[in-house]
Amino acid sequence: MLHEPAAPKDRDPSGNYKMRLGIWMFTFYALFYASFVAINLLNPAGMGTIVFAGLNLATVYGFALIIVALIEALVYDWLCRKKEASYKNAGQAETKDKQNEPINTGKG
Amino acid sequence: MAIFVFIFFVVLVIGLSLYLGNRAKTSSGYYAAGGNIHWGVNGIAFAGDYLSAASFLGICGLIATVGYDGFLYSIGYLAGWVVALFVVAEPLKRLGKYTFTDAVDANYNSRGIKLAAAISTLVISICYLIPQMVGAGVLVEPLLGIPYAWGVVMVGAIVITIVATAGMASTTYVQFLKGFLLIIFSTVLVGAVLIRGISTQPDQGGKVPFYTYSQLPATKTGDQIAVSEPGWNVLEQHVASNGMEFAKLEQDGIESWWKVAENAGAITLIETQSVVMKADGKWINGAPASETNQLRQVGNLEKISGEENVITGSLSFIKFLSVMTDKDTSVMTFKTTGFTDENNQKVTIYYPEIVSGDRIMRPGLKFKVEGTFLERLDFVSLMLALFLGTASLPHILIRYYTVPSPSSARKSTIVAIGAIGFFYILTLFMGLGAMVNAVLNPADSNMAAPLLARSFGELLFAIISAIAFATVLGTVSGLIVAASGAVAHDLMDRYFKITMDDRQKVKAGKISAFAIGGIAILLGILFKGMNVSFLVGLAFAVAASANLPSIIMLLFWKKTTAQGIFASIFVGIVASLTLIAFSPELYTLYGLNPLDAPVPLSNPGIISIPLSFITLVVVSLLTQKEKKVEV
Repeated sequence: MLHEPAAPKDRDPSGNYKMRLGIWMFTFYALFYASFVAINLLNPAGMGTIVFAGLNLATVYGFALIIVALIEALVYDWLCRKKEASYKNAGQAETKDKQNEPINTGKG
Repeated sequence: MAIFVFIFFVVLVIGLSLYLGNRAKTSSGYYAAGGNIHWGVNGIAFAGDYLSAASFLGICGLIATVGYDGFLYSIGYLAGWVVALFVVAEPLKRLGKYTFTDAVDANYNSRGIKLAAAISTLVISICYLIPQMVGAGVLVEPLLGIPYAWGVVMVGAIVITIVATAGMASTTYVQFLKGFLLIIFSTVLVGAVLIRGISTQPDQGGKVPFYTYSQLPATKTGDQIAVSEPGWNVLEQHVASNGMEFAKLEQDGIESWWKVAENAGAITLIETQSVVMKADGKWINGAPASETNQLRQVGNLEKISGEENVITGSLSFIKFLSVMTDKDTSVMTFKTTGFTDENNQKVTIYYPEIVSGDRIMRPGLKFKVEGTFLERLDFVSLMLALFLGTASLPHILIRYYTVPSPSSARKSTIVAIGAIGFFYILTLFMGLGAMVNAVLNPADSNMAAPLLARSFGELLFAIISAIAFATVLGTVSGLIVAASGAVAHDLMDRYFKITMDDRQKVKAGKISAFAIGGIAILLGILFKGMNVSFLVGLAFAVAASANLPSIIMLLFWKKTTAQGIFASIFVGIVASLTLIAFSPELYTLYGLNPLDAPVPLSNPGIISIPLSFITLVVVSLLTQKEKKVEV
């Protein structure tokens, strides 16, 4: 017996879009995170450089990694919802069109 | 007060579990809370699951002792949620039913995958349970005045009750409650730290007089040290394994250990704290240990922006961090070392060391980012495991099945990122606050946050401790639900195909919860004394090595086969556990010389994660013809 999924496996028309978007946003964040690790390794003293209001690069970059994660998450959700809504509206419009189509009686 | 608040919390969570008990009569109710939890509640419950003893006790403790290096855990733990949101959340929700195994096996129906994924869930859950139980014991010991081992047993018993009564439903609401309260009261604690400000002579709001560590001038003839002031006798000298020299002095019949410091030919003896295990019991600072004679709480600023005898008053959060970052700010931290003295008594020394603020506030005190190639590799390995581990933790993954739809899974992850990110920012303030307010127990960094709270009064201490305790309860409950699902659902039901009706499946889950709770109690007692955040870091490495390659490749590589997933999970588990078992940190735990450890890395991720990916690719390519055939 297969392990059946928790939610019904409805086809998600926006699935491919969301996956591509997710990969792009993940890649951006992964590079941002990798740069942080790289600076720590290649120029650890540079992390002590004061960059803003007496705070050093280590603190500012650390906070930025947390805040950017949240901003990216919100942007991702907004774009996903927009796409889902556009497919939903298109689906509703299609259903409406079908309902308004004149019934062919065959009497020409 | 502390006991009253503590009992209130325990009664509240058990009452909640009993109230929700009728939701766990079916498999869906027990393992996935019926799949109808609101995404907002689930998001905070995610935070509750994730902000474990490691986050609250471990990270605050690490920041309080090694500064910014502890905050690296906060950064890495939060970054891991990006992987969970962008890559894993929606597809996993679409594929699975109750457990991680359901998701990876959804397209294959392979007995091999069921076995491997269930074992992986069990191993990771147990690795993650150890630090939670260690945290529980550490917390209950001072809170209720009961021995460490009994604290661990008590936590185990309460958690088993929570899980056995209402499974994922009670676990979810306990997590929600705890996650919410943790964030609120951590904010209150940080507010209190900033309003109090910092001082070079912290006295816990006037409750504990500031203690100044003495220094004595001395001379050295050959290797023999003599104190220049009259009345002091040097009884013994010893060089510890870290190369530091210590002298045992006697004055008026009281013995004490002093650190020997040499500067431009001048010898100075610096007072330390010591614990000596004598035939008649433990002696602390030259007198028998008792309720009133314990190690003194430590940690203070020697200079604030170059000035002594300063009380800043209230500070903004930016000013607080900038003062701490100032190169002219210096912090008195405490290090530890140990040796056996001439009377064959085990001596543990806690000695002061001055570190400048700019050094505290950038990486390097714990992770040797300026060290050898291997030390740097170890740092990369840790950061990699933290980044990739979150999306592979079984107790996090099963929470995707408690919400009704993939979009709810996405939204709850976003709520989790907001809540967890905010909390991790707070950890920096709580950790640094503990570092400079003379509240730290030099023998155990895990209690930094609750002890900081105590400096503001018994009520805040009681609430923070009770929340920390609920933190442990919640996370352990989640882990036990995940592990019992692996045993009862994945192994008994799916792998061994034992015929059970729905009620029997729930019963099997509850019996498994009892057994796993028992194992967690035993391991919690065995691993006493290790920093909980370090232990969780290792659990992340095992999770990222065993589970992540399967999840990623299953979603993004069409040539992935059942055999590839099976091999990848096993290689990931075996490689990461083997590397950990022979690492320097574990050699220290075994009582062996860490320099003799055959694996030079403490964090295995940089080897075991790529190895698991490569295994999956190679085995999948070799088994293309047999694709979708059972292993």
